[in-house]
Amino acid sequence: MSGDPAAAGALVLAGVSIASRDGRNLVDRLDLTVLPGMVATVMGPSGIGKSTLLAYVAGFIDRRAFAAEGQVMIGHERIDAQPAEARHVGILFQDPVLFPHLSVAGNLLFGLPRGRWRSRAERRGKVSEALEQAGLAGFEDRDPATLSGGQKARVSLLRTLLAEPRALLLDEPFGKLDAALRADIRAFVFAHARERGLPALLVTHDAEDAEAAGGPVVALAGPGVRLPSG
Amino acid sequence: MLLRLAPAATLAVLAGPVVLGLAFTLLPAFGFLPALGGATFSLDGWRMLFAAPGFASALALTFGTGLATTLLALILAAGLCAAAAHRPGMARLRRLIMPLLASPPSGVALGFAFLAMPSGWLVRLLSPWATGWQVPPAEPVTVGDPLGASLVAALLLKEVPYLALMLFAASATVPVERLTAAARALGRGQATAWATVVFPQLYRQVRLPVFAVLAFSMSVVDVAIIVGPGNPPPLAVLATRWFKGYDLALYYPAAAAATLQFLLVVLAILLWLACERPIAALHRRWLARGSRSRAPGAAAEVAGALAGLLIVLGLLSLLAMLVWSFAGSWRFPAALPDHWQLALWRDEAGGAAALAGTSAGIGLAAVAIALVLTLACLENEQRHGLHPGVAVLWLIYLPLIVPQIAFLFGVQVLLIHAGLDGTPAAVVWAHLVFVLPFVFLSLADAYRALDPRYAMTAAAMGAGRWRVFLVVKLPLLARPILVAAAVGFAVSIAQYLPTLFAGAGRVATLTTEAVTLSSGGDRRILGLVAVLQTALPLAAYGLALAVPFLVFRRFRGMA
Repeated sequence: MSGDPAAAGALVLAGVSIASRDGRNLVDRLDLTVLPGMVATVMGPSGIGKSTLLAYVAGFIDRRAFAAEGQVMIGHERIDAQPAEARHVGILFQDPVLFPHLSVAGNLLFGLPRGRWRSRAERRGKVSEALEQAGLAGFEDRDPATLSGGQKARVSLLRTLLAEPRALLLDEPFGKLDAALRADIRAFVFAHARERGLPALLVTHDAEDAEAAGGPVVALAGPGVRLPSG
Repeated sequence: MLLRLAPAATLAVLAGPVVLGLAFTLLPAFGFLPALGGATFSLDGWRMLFAAPGFASALALTFGTGLATTLLALILAAGLCAAAAHRPGMARLRRLIMPLLASPPSGVALGFAFLAMPSGWLVRLLSPWATGWQVPPAEPVTVGDPLGASLVAALLLKEVPYLALMLFAASATVPVERLTAAARALGRGQATAWATVVFPQLYRQVRLPVFAVLAFSMSVVDVAIIVGPGNPPPLAVLATRWFKGYDLALYYPAAAAATLQFLLVVLAILLWLACERPIAALHRRWLARGSRSRAPGAAAEVAGALAGLLIVLGLLSLLAMLVWSFAGSWRFPAALPDHWQLALWRDEAGGAAALAGTSAGIGLAAVAIALVLTLACLENEQRHGLHPGVAVLWLIYLPLIVPQIAFLFGVQVLLIHAGLDGTPAAVVWAHLVFVLPFVFLSLADAYRALDPRYAMTAAAMGAGRWRVFLVVKLPLLARPILVAAAVGFAVSIAQYLPTLFAGAGRVATLTTEAVTLSSGGDRRILGLVAVLQTALPLAAYGLALAVPFLVFRRFRGMA
């Protein structure tokens, strides 16, 4: 990687501070650059404000509960003032959050940009291709409630990626998976992020996740304290 | 942008008619009614009211039946919930109270009247083998008794299921099982544990519904016309008679009576609040003493059994009207008709269909507007991260706590001024005032409880707010939205006074017809009307449950 990291579509946080309205400093002037294809990790125990940081980046922060400021950029574009739907920042939660009223294909079609694939056949084709590559060929018409935990996690990632995000936010997405599945899904998610050259920001309280991510690690240690490391 | 106006529009729909209506009821009470030439301050209306024969009894009746109904309804509903908390059989009762929740109070009252009257079903079931009666006894007077006992009983058939439903809903927010387990570990019986530990926490949450029951029981008109004492009647019936009469001079005492009705309800609520504190203090002292008395448990058991009996009576009331609508000749003391017939349903089909059509049309229109306003308010709330407080809840309950009679006359005065009285739009609007609170209250919790991550995930994939609303939230909330619509529809079907006043007596619905026929009409036609009164809301509930089930039957996660 050479030259201006921003030009290559890095996710850049500059001077991001978040405080809860009851006066606790959760994040204090955080600077972080996540290069495309890299997975950066924010670590810390639960309740420390990790998810709140992701909510700020994605555009969901509850302004009545938190005061937040600082720049968020993708490449040279500043996105922190844009509404969530205009940011094109994909997010994965601890649960797969598949829409229970849509089939697997319906879920995947939801985020597929309309401008790029217009015809129904083309859109279905794109979905089938993605399922096949993920080892889920023929799953189009399945009810998401009937999938196994691992299958749900895969569909959830596919759905996010098909929406063509410019960055990926991972809110402890492996936290509820059992140990065997965990390594598997983690590798699946990281591989896809790298393959597509997406900057990814992972929050977790699990050191193993951070190690597997292989990128820079920021530890949020507690109110008002920040320990850069890694 | 339009969404931001939703709370204001909703408030205008709810509070506007109540506040303006109260004002324009208050003015004629003090002599101001320009339309009739009343332009000077006068206390004549009040004088006429106080001098009316039986005024004092009417006052006592209003207070007595209202407070008795509310207190008994709360005790019986609590007993029902206490029993349901540890007996699976009683928990099944929740499904059985559905028809009672759906039917209009007037329909239930008509059925109850037939059950309880001297020539009614209960006496027939016991005659002649147990009572020896070959003809209906003249004494005692059971329906329309001067003390209003039958009025209280008929109201309980509706109010116990309602309060039980509210208590069931509140139970979901309290760790009932852990609390009773803890209390049981300290040596209390199951029912005692519920009554002394769980109920006080639930009570706080059902306080507004209790006030709604209190206001409704004190000021109900249709049920009181059907089973209440006639001479003197409760105050609200007296006021309605005067308003409906052709003697315009009686408008002034009627307005005074309606105003007094409002004051009585306020007074009763204050009285109730004043009693809460000492009772709570006694309860705390009792708990602190560590008493292991079994009395609260025993009382809860008795209340639960009585409530069960009441529900059976209520269901029998509904059944009675169905039987009557198919009855040919039915002599006393036969327990069932001697002949059955379908002729009535055939002959009356046209008229009944017209009444049902009008009722359903008004109901659907009111529900549609109520749903749009409710969804707009809730969506606006989520987009701007608002957390409405207790004051908003009181405002929503306002039309349910201010007696109908106290503001509907004023509303009619305004409608006449605007040249809108008697129009379908006016009737729909008057219904909306009562439909909207119920639709809002039954949908709000589900809407607020929807996992926000669905909307976040959708937005992160580039879906705008309207697409998230239409493609994600609406389908996921299809069931609670349709159930709220069914609740609103049932409320609309039940409305008597709003139809009467806003419709200027020219709009006939199933409920207005049922009340009109109740005095001396053909019992079989009455049965038919009452059956339709219950059938329409029940069909709405059925659709509300069936449609999402069919549409989403492929998806287990939607079950």
